[in-house]
Amino acid sequence: MTLPTDGAEAVAAVFRAEFGRAVSVLYRYLGDLDRAEDAVQDAFAVAVARWPVDGVPAAPSGWIITTARRRAIDRLRREAVGRSKEAEATELLVLAASLETASGAVEDERLRLIFTCCHPALGPEARVALTLRLLGGLSTAEIARAFLVPESTLAQRISRAKAKIRQARIPYRVPSSDDLPARLASVLAVVYLIFNEGYTASAGDRLVREELCAEAIRLARLVVGLLPEEPEAAGLLALLLLIDARRPARLDASGAMIALPDQDRSAWDTALISEGHAIVRGCLLLGRPGPYQLQAAIQAVHDDAALATDTDWRQIVTLYDQLLRVQPSPVIALNRAVAVAEAEGPSAGLAAVEPLRDSLAEFYLLHGVRAGLLVRAGREVEAAEEYDAALRLCGNESEREFLARRRGLLPEG
Amino acid sequence: MSQYLLSVYQPDGPIPEPEALAAIGEDLDRLNDEMRAAGAWVFSNGLLPPASATVLRPDGDEVLVTDGPFAEGKEHLGGFTIVDVPDLDAALAWGKRLAVATTLPIEVRPFA
Repeated sequence: MTLPTDGAEAVAAVFRAEFGRAVSVLYRYLGDLDRAEDAVQDAFAVAVARWPVDGVPAAPSGWIITTARRRAIDRLRREAVGRSKEAEATELLVLAASLETASGAVEDERLRLIFTCCHPALGPEARVALTLRLLGGLSTAEIARAFLVPESTLAQRISRAKAKIRQARIPYRVPSSDDLPARLASVLAVVYLIFNEGYTASAGDRLVREELCAEAIRLARLVVGLLPEEPEAAGLLALLLLIDARRPARLDASGAMIALPDQDRSAWDTALISEGHAIVRGCLLLGRPGPYQLQAAIQAVHDDAALATDTDWRQIVTLYDQLLRVQPSPVIALNRAVAVAEAEGPSAGLAAVEPLRDSLAEFYLLHGVRAGLLVRAGREVEAAEEYDAALRLCGNESEREFLARRRGLLPEG
Repeated sequence: MSQYLLSVYQPDGPIPEPEALAAIGEDLDRLNDEMRAAGAWVFSNGLLPPASATVLRPDGDEVLVTDGPFAEGKEHLGGFTIVDVPDLDAALAWGKRLAVATTLPIEVRPFA
């Protein structure tokens, strides 16, 4: 990693890259997430004061961990003095002493920390918040802004999750090979959720939301780096890169959403696309296709087309068929129906949507998709009704504007 | 090692047919034997129906005795197992086995 020479910028760069690693190492020593987090915060506070004066140390990551360890020892000793019970004080001093004698070599503990933060015994919202806080180093204020919840709610969510990890003794280790597939799925789901929250640019601070996408990609890279034999982890990373590549073309100047066929494809990020492509090809060669790899392959086909009309929709339908086999879901079937319509025309698409109308009756996209297909089939009255239904059910502002614009092109029913 | 309470939650209403119950009983016996062999078993037993419960409430200097159960709901505590294991994952692994054997939801909760 090349570091900025300026002290303050260097701290910020090291912070993002090293916060999670430092917390994971300190948690290993201390067995307590709050203590680990406090120690790492202390170390960065020292860095902010010292680096601009003394210069950036040769090994910033080791410097942070060593400093955090010293700060943790100081805190433990101070705390021991304040304890009235001798047993408690002794316990803290023993912990401090063991921390002092711990060897300098540190193992990367972040994989353990991810599995702890994404443990299925924690609620999904808590998993996301904890992962962003402890591995991403985002502040509770930043996470709260990104998820549009009050900071106090978010802080409480994190402290409850930490208390549960401590009280229920959620283990700090990589799961056994029997449990690994299910537990990895939970980790990947958290990363995907973080990305989607950032990508679905509804309301809230746009910069924070972009930061969420960047963080999700960083986490996905981390998981791939730590578990290189897991094709689904690679598949998720490829999926995120291939979607993120389209971000520059996704919103117009007013922040309204632009549909995939209408996007300016020259604005797409070709570096991200080629990286995503290479990963998809690599993991599909392993012959263990899973939902993320197949979704990535579908995005790769989209990103392949220089013009929307060049899109190989038959290939996309085939990939959706495979995806439905590994992950049967009406929402995926709806996406498949859209691809069918592109490959074979609106009537074929409408026929593919038909069996989903009951199970997705409350899902705005079902109505949005039917509306679009009905317009193309020349059935404008029914299309207007479907746009109205979609608008009633949709909560996302940019997508509502998009639907309303389409609805406005139709004659009043 | 840490102890966890594995509570079996049973819906109110009629209990399964005798044959089904006998099969569940056999599965539970086998599971308890495995827990003992693994050194995880501390205690395990089923409870008689909630209608057999009596509730005691402190009231000033006295304690009032009333017909139970304490909480009326759609489910009740049907029995429990206590295991002594290294961590939550180990407790959850036994809890999953208990859920399969009893065919009922299990709540896993650590002791202080």
